[in-house]
Amino acid sequence: MKETRYIKAIAEALSEEMARDENVFVIGEDVGGPGGAFGATKGLLETFGERRVKDTPISESAIVGLAIGAAAQGLRPVAEIMFVDFLTVCMDQIVNQMAKMRYMFGGVYKLPVVIRAPCGGGLNAGPQHSQCLESWFAHVPGLKVVMPATPYDVKGLLKTSIRDDNPVLFIENKALYAMKGEIPEEEYLIPIGKADVKREGKDVTVVATSRMVHQALEAAKSLSNEGIEVEVIDLRTISPLDKETIFKSVEKTSKLVVTHEAVKAFGIGAEIAAMVCEEMIDCLDAPVLRVGAPFVPVPFNLENFYLPNSGDVIKAVKKVMEY
Amino acid sequence: MVNKEKLLEMFYLMVKIRRVEECLLDIFAQGKIPGFIHVSIGQEAVAVGVCSCLEQNDYIFTTHRGHGQAIAKGIDLKRFMAEIYGRKDGYCKGKSGSMHIACKEMGIVGSNGIVGGGIPISLGTSFASMFKGEGNVTICFFGDGAVNEGTFHESLNLASLWNLPVVFCCENNGWAQFTPQKVYMKLENISTRAEAYGMAGVTVDGDDVLKVHEEAEKAIMRARKGQGPTLLECKTHRWFGHFAGDAQKYRSPKEIQEARGFDPIGKFQKFLFKSKYISPEYVNTIEAKIKSEIEEAIAFAENSPIGGIEELFNDVYV
Repeated sequence: MKETRYIKAIAEALSEEMARDENVFVIGEDVGGPGGAFGATKGLLETFGERRVKDTPISESAIVGLAIGAAAQGLRPVAEIMFVDFLTVCMDQIVNQMAKMRYMFGGVYKLPVVIRAPCGGGLNAGPQHSQCLESWFAHVPGLKVVMPATPYDVKGLLKTSIRDDNPVLFIENKALYAMKGEIPEEEYLIPIGKADVKREGKDVTVVATSRMVHQALEAAKSLSNEGIEVEVIDLRTISPLDKETIFKSVEKTSKLVVTHEAVKAFGIGAEIAAMVCEEMIDCLDAPVLRVGAPFVPVPFNLENFYLPNSGDVIKAVKKVMEY
Repeated sequence: MVNKEKLLEMFYLMVKIRRVEECLLDIFAQGKIPGFIHVSIGQEAVAVGVCSCLEQNDYIFTTHRGHGQAIAKGIDLKRFMAEIYGRKDGYCKGKSGSMHIACKEMGIVGSNGIVGGGIPISLGTSFASMFKGEGNVTICFFGDGAVNEGTFHESLNLASLWNLPVVFCCENNGWAQFTPQKVYMKLENISTRAEAYGMAGVTVDGDDVLKVHEEAEKAIMRARKGQGPTLLECKTHRWFGHFAGDAQKYRSPKEIQEARGFDPIGKFQKFLFKSKYISPEYVNTIEAKIKSEIEEAIAFAENSPIGGIEELFNDVYV
């Protein structure tokens, strides 16, 4: 094992997959010389050259469209969109084109496109650079949505995403880029669609994504001192959703809290809550609670009030325990 | 100069497109085709003039008004018709309909229902050709309405910057759905925008198949040689409405009549008669051949089943 940062783990995954497969190329704004806005593609230009490391104009639709067309002809593009927020300027390419091309054209195309984009607040980046929009994309059939929370997961999942023959929206978290963690020296892969039980517990299940995984783990540690054992499930993949792992845990605990950084309203927390209610209502001893951001844009300098944290998770867990 | 054999093939394809679309209007009116259709009657010279320069492994992107280009690129009429009928034996198993027909083996990457939506994707096929060192080109067809989408700007800039082997073919029929060109843009010739992207731009009489062919050939040669993309504007005329059944209250009967005066098939036929390449008997022969091809395609489509519920879940993911 070795220690690395989340951002370095991404760079390693890209470099390894580019070395492994001649058809993999990266494309995006500043991905070449500057090595990406956050440094995820640092060193790739030197190693793989301009043919496979493509710096582009600030043209998100052109970037994604190019990736789609290239993938349809057998290449494996990894496009970097600088912020999740900027995915909104190429929504047609993602939603109407990429997600539907295989289905609409009778299954003749494989579209091994990965779009990497960082989400999340915590950097005072303001309303247009801090959103979590994963539920928008999880709502679209034809896309896979991956959202890793640790250096280990980000590397293994990115490698798998690049090898996947379907379009994958790979949502990183910029507040986690500097996070350190252990990863193996040797190659490893993590399957898409498999959640990870990050902490076992018998009393309450907390399903979390991205940065909230760490908030949930912090909450679990503190609640353990009070004798409440929380099971923390890191979804890792939003779509396809790992129902099995969630259901198995809820069967054990009979209590569920779902937490994500995105606004609580209309989010994946609602989807998971509904799913559990539809299919295993008899197992539940309390209402399913959601912990998410309030229904306001991400405020520049009021983030402390905005971002959900471990304290909010603790409150929700206690509430279901007391029900 | 285009040889006789090629000229006759072009004439056959133009007549075929016209007859197929006339037939589609007819069966659509009879309620046999679900959804919408958009015909390109009057614009046949653009599809044929450009596609007659292409090889099977070259790629085309088409639009909601894409029947003509698909036929000109060599789509099989039976499976084409089955798709328009929404049947299982259609190219897309009945999931695309008229607006999204694709035929991978003939390089018809797919037609797009989003105005300007295909333009960025054409960067990708042309990029792949360049990346793999293949000599094939991509033709991206779109209408005049698409040039005011942001994707047009983003894509032409990038294609020019990277010298991608792509030709942007603007089929300018003067109408963006229900709105005439002078109402939505100040420029008269869309091709003048090419200069802003540092690429070649040319406007051609899109009702003259030989002129379209000549300019398309030059643009395609430039693309194949790595000399970059071209914005090829073909000015043509839309004889019918935006969609089949459109009453066209936004157009004066006089303007419609004038548009129909520009008949690319009539013009080409006159040339072929004058050059003694064809005779009235020859025309009768190909009309009969096309008639039987269409009848066969319709019979094939009508006998093809609609996909079952199991088909609903296929091909969302690999």
